[in-house]
Amino acid sequence: MPLAVFLVVAAVAVASALGLVLKRNPIHGALFLIVNLGSIAVMYLTLHAQFLAWAQVIIYAGAIMILFVFAIMVLIPGKEETGPDPLRPVRLIAIPFGALLLVELVLMLVSRRAAPVAAVPAPGGVEAIGRLLFTDYLFPFELTSVLLLAAMIGVLALAKSRKAG
Amino acid sequence: MTATLADVGIALGRVAFVMLFVLNLGGLMTWVERKQSAIMQDRIGANRASIFGFRIMGLLHPLADAIKMLTKEEFYPARADRVLFSLAPFVSVFFALVAFASIPFGDTLRVAGREVPLQALTFNVGILYVFAMLSLGVYGVMMAGWSSANNYALLGGQRAAALMITAEVAIGASIVGVVMVYGSLNMMDIVRAQGPLLGGWLPKWGIVTQPLAFVLFLTAGIAATKRIPFDMPEGESEIIGYFVEYSGMKFGLFVMADFLETVVISGMTVSLFLGGWQIPYLEPAGFVFPWGATVALPGLAVSLLQVGAFVLKVVVMIWFLMLIRWTLPRFRYDQAMRLGWLGLFPLSIANIVLTGAALLLWGAR
Repeated sequence: MPLAVFLVVAAVAVASALGLVLKRNPIHGALFLIVNLGSIAVMYLTLHAQFLAWAQVIIYAGAIMILFVFAIMVLIPGKEETGPDPLRPVRLIAIPFGALLLVELVLMLVSRRAAPVAAVPAPGGVEAIGRLLFTDYLFPFELTSVLLLAAMIGVLALAKSRKAG
Repeated sequence: MTATLADVGIALGRVAFVMLFVLNLGGLMTWVERKQSAIMQDRIGANRASIFGFRIMGLLHPLADAIKMLTKEEFYPARADRVLFSLAPFVSVFFALVAFASIPFGDTLRVAGREVPLQALTFNVGILYVFAMLSLGVYGVMMAGWSSANNYALLGGQRAAALMITAEVAIGASIVGVVMVYGSLNMMDIVRAQGPLLGGWLPKWGIVTQPLAFVLFLTAGIAATKRIPFDMPEGESEIIGYFVEYSGMKFGLFVMADFLETVVISGMTVSLFLGGWQIPYLEPAGFVFPWGATVALPGLAVSLLQVGAFVLKVVVMIWFLMLIRWTLPRFRYDQAMRLGWLGLFPLSIANIVLTGAALLLWGAR
């Protein structure tokens, strides 16, 4: 049963990722990305990580992607991105990097076969994540909050300066 | 894990109850909308649909609507994105329908050695689930606005996106106070924690412990349903909005989604702030009143009373939301944005700080 769920979800995830890359219409691409994020959330669910799953949906699909789609709708209403690609050389760089990732994936699969992953602890995870965040990972956690604060102040400064000028 | 036939039956029953409850309430709301607005405006309201002369106070109108909408022509605008155009209403309705699943409608039922939680999905973090489903619903509206190839529809879709982000931030921030007080993200635990009495007589409902959060949540919740006073995505009198190109049942599904979202917001408000299935002074063995009187009740009767209380509370909340909708004043787009970002959001953050300080001072849990 879990294997069947995994196979279906994995197929959806890969298909939507392909859709994101191959579709030229930016709105379609964004919608495929949302499907992809949702299928990753289902994978978290099958691993009993409910908090991670719904946090993933709320933050990525529910907040960040809404902003993305909003921006796309404002900037390119209905226009398909057709014609020659102005950034074609940049795309070629992606080929060696992609190959590198593929090699890494194969190496990982080969090395992982010997050592199985430890069993997942009790379901839920809010308590476990909270405890980890405020003990072992307190420093990176606080650093991240400073980073976010800096980004917020930066946005405010940019918005203010444009209004003045 | 061995699932017997009885387990499967119970699971199906739980899902079916929630499904039918939400769907029927949504359908009935079209009737309530007509009749309540009629009463408020001193009219009679829809009462003409009849079967063999029986009108039952216009209750047949939802049925007549459904038949009419299903038999209308399906219209596609010339330059529409057909796939997204067809998909949009279903996305809207789907997320509005499933959002109710982790809202508990009764205490855990103990029958014949089994424990049956009276909610469709028993998520450990159920509150986040409802929140996630509510936030995804807006994609249906945005897809509709974009795929219609109509500037007014696009405008409606953009307004919906902006409104949803605004409402969602306020909803999320106002829920945090409730979660802090009751110490759980599990909807069932939150409702159960609202059972004890404060000072021996006052139920510890969310509206008592978190009055500010109640007002903020309700305001943001109304905004999330996209109905008047926050109907800018639709804007009947100005842009008509995201569903301007839709006809037949697809249009009907959008209207339905708004109704279903109203049901979900009502269910959330009841569960978080109005004690959910709790009845004051009703304990597992029966009523225990603060003045000493007791009324013993069998377990099943208590459960039935609790489910009844939940349904009644949700219906009253829906009535209240209808009342607000049909008083008709509405916000302009910029006013709603200002209210959301400069009113609701800072107040929600202040509420979190206040709640934290209060919990630290009194240590009450």
